[in-house]
Amino acid sequence: MNPMKNIVLLAALAGALGLSACGKKAETPATGAAPTAGGDTLVVKLGHAAPLTGPQAHLGKDNESGVRLAVDDLNAKGFEIGGRKVRFELLSEDDQADPRVATTVAKKFVDDGVNAIIGHLNSGTTIPASRIYHDAGIVEVSPSATNPKYTQQGYANAFRVMANDVQQGKVLGEFAVQDMGAKKIAIIDDRSAYGQGLADEFEKAVMASGGKVVVREYTNDKASDFTAILTKIKGVGPDLLFYGGMDGQGAPMTRQMKTLGLKAQFLGGDGVHTAEFMKLAGPAAEGATASLPGVPLEVMPKGPQFKQRFEAKYGTIQLYAPYCYDAVMVVAEAMQRAGSIDPAKYLPEMAKTRHEGVTASIGFDDKGDLSNGAITVYRVENGDWKVLKTIGGPAAAPAPTP
Amino acid sequence: MDILVQQLINGLILGSIYALIALGYTMVYGILGLINFAHGEIVMIGAMVTITCLNLLIGSGVELPGLLLVGLSLLMAIPACALLGFTIERVAYRPLRNAPRLAPLITAIGVSIVLQNLAMMIWGRQYVAFPSILPAEPHQVLGASITSLQILIVVLAAAMMAGLMLLVHRTRLGRAMRATSQSPQVASLMGVNVNHVISMTFILGSCLGSVAGVMVSANYGQAHAYMGFLLGLKAFSAAVLGGIGNLGGAVVGGLLLGIIESLGAGYIGDFTGGFLGSQYQDVFAFMVLILVLVFRPSGLMGERVAERP
Amino acid sequence: MSKSPLKVRLAYAGIALLLLAAPFLMGAGFGNSWVRVLDFVLLYAMLALGLNIVVGYAGLLDLGYIAFYAVGAYLFAILASPQFDWHVSAWIILPMGGMLACLAGATLGAPTLRLRGDYLAIVTLGFGEIVRLFMNNLDRPVNITNGPQGINLIDGVTLFGHPLERGFTLFGQRFPSDYAYYYLFLALTLLVIFVCIRLENSRIGRAWVAIREDEIAAQAMGINTRNVKLLAFAMGASFGGIAGCLFAAFQGFVSPESFTLMESVMVVCMVVLGGMGHIPGVILGAVLLTVAPEFLREIVNPLQRALFGRMIVDPENLRMLLFGLALIIVMLFRPAGLWPSRRRREELEEAHD
Repeated sequence: MNPMKNIVLLAALAGALGLSACGKKAETPATGAAPTAGGDTLVVKLGHAAPLTGPQAHLGKDNESGVRLAVDDLNAKGFEIGGRKVRFELLSEDDQADPRVATTVAKKFVDDGVNAIIGHLNSGTTIPASRIYHDAGIVEVSPSATNPKYTQQGYANAFRVMANDVQQGKVLGEFAVQDMGAKKIAIIDDRSAYGQGLADEFEKAVMASGGKVVVREYTNDKASDFTAILTKIKGVGPDLLFYGGMDGQGAPMTRQMKTLGLKAQFLGGDGVHTAEFMKLAGPAAEGATASLPGVPLEVMPKGPQFKQRFEAKYGTIQLYAPYCYDAVMVVAEAMQRAGSIDPAKYLPEMAKTRHEGVTASIGFDDKGDLSNGAITVYRVENGDWKVLKTIGGPAAAPAPTP
Repeated sequence: MDILVQQLINGLILGSIYALIALGYTMVYGILGLINFAHGEIVMIGAMVTITCLNLLIGSGVELPGLLLVGLSLLMAIPACALLGFTIERVAYRPLRNAPRLAPLITAIGVSIVLQNLAMMIWGRQYVAFPSILPAEPHQVLGASITSLQILIVVLAAAMMAGLMLLVHRTRLGRAMRATSQSPQVASLMGVNVNHVISMTFILGSCLGSVAGVMVSANYGQAHAYMGFLLGLKAFSAAVLGGIGNLGGAVVGGLLLGIIESLGAGYIGDFTGGFLGSQYQDVFAFMVLILVLVFRPSGLMGERVAERP
Repeated sequence: MSKSPLKVRLAYAGIALLLLAAPFLMGAGFGNSWVRVLDFVLLYAMLALGLNIVVGYAGLLDLGYIAFYAVGAYLFAILASPQFDWHVSAWIILPMGGMLACLAGATLGAPTLRLRGDYLAIVTLGFGEIVRLFMNNLDRPVNITNGPQGINLIDGVTLFGHPLERGFTLFGQRFPSDYAYYYLFLALTLLVIFVCIRLENSRIGRAWVAIREDEIAAQAMGINTRNVKLLAFAMGASFGGIAGCLFAAFQGFVSPESFTLMESVMVVCMVVLGGMGHIPGVILGAVLLTVAPEFLREIVNPLQRALFGRMIVDPENLRMLLFGLALIIVMLFRPAGLWPSRRRREELEEAHD
């Protein structure tokens, strides 16, 4: 072994590493210089993180578009904070739905000195990243992480503009028993953080409202064959099957239920409430029921207009884009009321939010969760999701009509 | 009782597909002593190409019965996969035939990663829907349901396996394959073109794999760039279970694994008092694999010992 | 060493200085998030060095290595988090994590040692998946791992009564926790490197190489192949376990999705691409494969947006595609890796003659 040679190689390596990072360094001043360039314009940096690559890239992209539309709207409107014109700047990062990458991204946002975070998309990334935002004192609003734990950590800076799994599971459980008249209920979950969390809350709600969970089975988020568990469930003869998971599994599940002659009604959460579900399930989708937090866009005052503008710019809404739009607006209004873009200063105003958004009228409870979060249940009829019923929300807390 | 029959039928359908894929692994292993990790990806590409062709045919307004359309699309998918299998062997395995044993295994993993990601670039990250053109009405057999498609899958798989057996045991090429699997050197001395035989093996295995891919995507109504990986792993377990390198063993192993999975997911909860449940469905395949390799490395029907030099 | 010329000693001192100053250089130059990348480089270097013992020295392909990382991480998470409200000190858990992983390695090794090459690869792959599935499902009937939700709010490491979480203050400057963890990881990585160097030149190290090259000949030479292989598994696993503990403490959150098969493959790639059995090569592999994705994030996305106005190639796909291609190309043209040891290179050259 020639130690000298190794050392030279190692030094070269270190040099290469340094160089590689220099490329990045050169870009930083460009963004840093922006505030001065705009004269007395104040620049608000919004961080957005979601999986922009990987199996959920379509959802992440959708979130990003929602944030972007809000940012464009605010900039076009000439939004003012504390008497100064502001320009919102979007920093969007890919967290790959991976907790490890998400924490790195979070550190990057802290470095960049963002004024607020919209994100992350998944609960599995939002929870570890929230610790970093909390330590740095940055306000975080998640548009789509539904795990109750996110807001239960005691972080004052953590908010979400979507009903959490407890709220959604509760509504679904009650709906299953009371509205769908199910007595014997089967539950399947995909053993992901989302699916399992929702299924657990659903189970509790079913039992609380007098229903009976007769069988609970499991699959995984990459499976496509459910015949074994469905056959077992058929043997028990439930009148409703709840699936906690995503459309990629929910769709073939409805097909296989048909094939096996399992006559239970199919109910799912927001993960199956997609356009994709219909494509994959084909005729078997008919009659499937699923919930989506919030009020249908058609019902909200600003909803249809949002939908039309969004779709003209970015195509069909996948899932959470409207929530992202609302999240940005909530943050912007809190900044305006506080007259400051400093998270420490506008944080108290976040808690006092009363915002008529495109998804719901938004206010937060003491944990930062949506108070009175409305949830709407839909059913597939003639290949389209039709509104069945909206539970909670404006009905429970009448919106201040203009 | 009809629940048990249904579970057995579920296992039979799953098992036929495993068996068909397992044949691809076992043929290559028998001849080269190599686990072709990329075989699962060939299955996936077969499914994807077929779906693309189907969509093109339907989009261009061809009015034919669904089954015929699938058949036409298969005519595109089979050569595509055969070519792919042939290319993989030429590029990634042949240059390493005399290299240390780990080398081709690692290139195999590399090929598998490349194919998965290429597929994602071409067909996207989402599930791709298989057009609903095949009849999905179930028939009742002994109190259990089965669709015409599923009957076709089982029959077709059986026919293809029988065809392969005939080919290996009754034709010149088959004899050359068997000779090569015993000793490539001696076979080449006897006038067998070993490279040709190996190429043919990959081509044949890929054809079977592409048909299996179509069966899977038609049965479940969808395909995904990742679908080949787990499917391949399960099928490989099946091949090992039956005794790798042994064609009959692959068939038996595939069917057995399908049935073990179905019965396991269906009944394990009752047997263990709810301690283990269907959440461990994928564990069964790996457990079976490990147990077989540890206690009977030659598999159920294999004669060869696992420790090949 | 004592007789090494001044130039070599100066070079060593230079590297030592560079390593000590690295986080400050990175932090000042490119932001604190790159210090975190450095931390992960060190974690993966530990993992890769551990796997190198199994794959590089003993020639046993282990595709389930991440399982040991998971064992360490979960042990730490369970013993030092609100999960059971146990808050054991990190300094007690670290050796425990090493030992538990060691035990897991031996448990896996014992029944599978009869297998060789690709069979072993498949069995270890299965083992890795089984461990992950158990982590994912051991929340019922008794909640041990908290299932897919993962374990959150894990305690950090405390050094001399000072929690590394809080970072440190130097010359009136506040430095976040990533800096503090960097030095902890650096110290442990150097320890691992030291152990590896000592092992490499020991009886055991030579026995491993002998087994890798020709097991039957090694046996004939009086090497107890079973025990020596078992030792390789156990040693490699224990490094993985320690790295896992550090990961849990550093990240503060563990969930099963961090321990997928792809992570195992990634660590194998680090070892193979860098240079099997060669410590500097393996470290090079860890550095390249950890920095590359961050690098692509900085370069590919903005570049694509600037060139085409939208994302055409998914950088994650591109990264994996490049990995796949790199694996194939390196195996075809440099089967011993990018920076192989001299012994290995010579062996291969001989083989080709």
